[in-house]
Amino acid sequence: MENLATAPAPADPKAAVNYLNATRGLKSWLTTVDHKRIGVMYLASILFSFFLGGVFAILIRIELWAPGRTIMSADTYNRVFTLHGAIMIFLFIIPSIPAAIGNFVLPLMLGAKDVAFPRLNLASYYLYLAGAALAVASMVTGGVDTGWTFYTPYSTTTNSSVSLMTLGAFILGFSSIFTGVNFIATIHKLRAPGMSWFRMPLFVWGIYATSIIQILATPVLGITLLLIVMERVFSVGIFNPQLGGDPVLFQHFFWFYSHPAVYIMILPGMAIISEVIPVFSRKNIFGYKAIAFSSIAIAGVSFLVWGHHMFVSGQSALAGAIFSFLTFLVAIPSGIKVFNWIATMYKGSISLEAPMLWAISFLLLFAIGGLTGLFLGALSVDVHLHDTYFVVAHFHFVMMGGTVMAFLAGLHYWWPKMFGRMYSEKWARVAAAFIFVGFNVTFLSQFVLGTRGMPRRYYNYLDQFRPLHMFSTVGSFMLAVGFLIMAAYLFASLRKPVDAPANPWNAVGLEWQTSSPPPEHNFEYVPVVTHGPYDYSVPVEHEHAEVGA
Amino acid sequence: MSTLAAQHEHAHDPFLQHHFTTPEQQADAGKIGMWLFLVTEILLFGGLFVGFAIMQSRHPEAFFAAHHQLDRTLGFINTIVLLCSSYTMVMAVHSARTDRRKRLIAFLLLTLAFASVFLGIKYIEYSHKFHEGLLPGRLYHHEGDTIAGQFMFFSFYFMMTGLHGLHILGGMIAIGWVLRRSVRGDFSHAYNTPVDLVGLYWHLVDMIWIYLFPLLYLIT
Repeated sequence: MENLATAPAPADPKAAVNYLNATRGLKSWLTTVDHKRIGVMYLASILFSFFLGGVFAILIRIELWAPGRTIMSADTYNRVFTLHGAIMIFLFIIPSIPAAIGNFVLPLMLGAKDVAFPRLNLASYYLYLAGAALAVASMVTGGVDTGWTFYTPYSTTTNSSVSLMTLGAFILGFSSIFTGVNFIATIHKLRAPGMSWFRMPLFVWGIYATSIIQILATPVLGITLLLIVMERVFSVGIFNPQLGGDPVLFQHFFWFYSHPAVYIMILPGMAIISEVIPVFSRKNIFGYKAIAFSSIAIAGVSFLVWGHHMFVSGQSALAGAIFSFLTFLVAIPSGIKVFNWIATMYKGSISLEAPMLWAISFLLLFAIGGLTGLFLGALSVDVHLHDTYFVVAHFHFVMMGGTVMAFLAGLHYWWPKMFGRMYSEKWARVAAAFIFVGFNVTFLSQFVLGTRGMPRRYYNYLDQFRPLHMFSTVGSFMLAVGFLIMAAYLFASLRKPVDAPANPWNAVGLEWQTSSPPPEHNFEYVPVVTHGPYDYSVPVEHEHAEVGA
Repeated sequence: MSTLAAQHEHAHDPFLQHHFTTPEQQADAGKIGMWLFLVTEILLFGGLFVGFAIMQSRHPEAFFAAHHQLDRTLGFINTIVLLCSSYTMVMAVHSARTDRRKRLIAFLLLTLAFASVFLGIKYIEYSHKFHEGLLPGRLYHHEGDTIAGQFMFFSFYFMMTGLHGLHILGGMIAIGWVLRRSVRGDFSHAYNTPVDLVGLYWHLVDMIWIYLFPLLYLIT
């Protein structure tokens, strides 16, 4: 990092006033309306959720080390995999990039002082906490054994604490809606002078598309989950076949939200990749508009593919064929993005710092995850693979290999901006190696398990699957080691004095033109934007001169 | 430089939040936010409308028989009451924009009065249903039914009108808040966004009833 010296570091870092030390005390955090502090509180919360979900994941893998009982009973196992899924989906991955990283960097990228509705932003965080509290209450009052999808009629008849968990998810949905409303209004009204729509960073385009889905899909999940609670309390009948209702209707309602929701999870990941790749390739992004519009296209198509979850639920053959066709369409905008990222790297001056390592991991793993999605979108193949480990592996390749890798890229990319500290690059690479290898060991083996007929969510299995299950469990241990290393060096970096320059990566985005960590109101001056977001043809030092003047 | 000048000019505007440059920018952001929120409301009710439509197509006779238990006259009166409340709300917004504070307060009070009448009539309807045992789901115990499965109509009736009633209550709280600020004299032609936004919300709640009334009361 020879360029570290080019950015003016404060003479005495402790004396510098920034958003972290401008006011002090717990109360100043709990009542803050600063988007950066809210982002940091979200980050701490989702990382804790990720840890909790990860513990459940390890418990699942230990139980599956051998057929039959290993460490827990079948009933406990049902609760553990449900909690793993529900926590990872509702408490970690949905809020991860938009609410934590997005909250922090989106206004900075736009050159704004805050999001459009700062109090709504804080309200969204408290709703998140309330939803999380209900989820915890559900865990301690018996847990949930339905799987994170809450399929009826089982979810309306089981004795486990489904009502509390679904109410928690309902509230979390409103937290997500508030974030989406806030970001769209911010993007429309709070861009810095000169920042036209096509001068916005692609991260902003990705978050915009995500927010559209959050606003249009989440309310439908909300009402669906309320209907489950109503069914459990009053037997209203809508999902109960004995009363003339239809359990498949639940699946339609649920996936009308939850399929778009997987794009709520992946689009922000893609948005981060679009930021990281140009910076570490030292090149303008290839196909800016194609990437921007493909985000919107994915958001649009996402609402038309929910039926591919019901190929074997007794949906009509015609509906199945149409949903299958529409599902294939998703591959087009996704492919456009991947090819544009690779074209950006082509003949670039690539440097393999930690954020770029995660970004490249994303490209490799997301490609596998995306392509196996096409297998599952094909009607005849899906009949064989439905509800097997193939689906589990596909889902984890997209969600963990895709979104989580992108989240880690973003976390490492913006960490110096958020906290003003550099982490150990050496240990970051070690962690990246453990996680990449561990991930593939864990989940590539599950593709094989799936094609051989291992059903998902089963407690017990045939002896012939044992070697692959053991292989997968060993991989999960490697993943755990990687994440523990990461936790260690990230915490270690926080114990150091502030040492990060304003722009450690020599990036051209607006967020790098203010100090690290940024002052309370983000910028000393209102920034004026005069060129596109990835213009690496101009030497970066000139940018500093402009801003400093 | 013009931006900085604008910032300075409005530095004393007590209603301009620090992260906005001009009052117009703040008002526009508020409107975008409210419209997006209204979209989420439509989708929230949309789930119930779709569920109702599907269940009605599965059990047309039961739904048709059950809807005779509703009082069309009361439903019709309530529709008129809400339409009137929308009119008074529009007039309140207009009064705020034209600096007529007393009329603003009067129209907000009228809107609250219409909303209370609506809830009062709803209370009469609900008590009648409770008395007859026309209740949702397993609580249903109406006697003399010739067609089975009518409970499901009432499941939807209570969920939809109940959720709508909660929105009326929420709207009344919002109108009360705007009323308090009107009495304090916060609103003028220069700053009236809260009245405007509460008005938008109120019209949506009204419009949802316009759809609920024929859906539940006028099945043919």
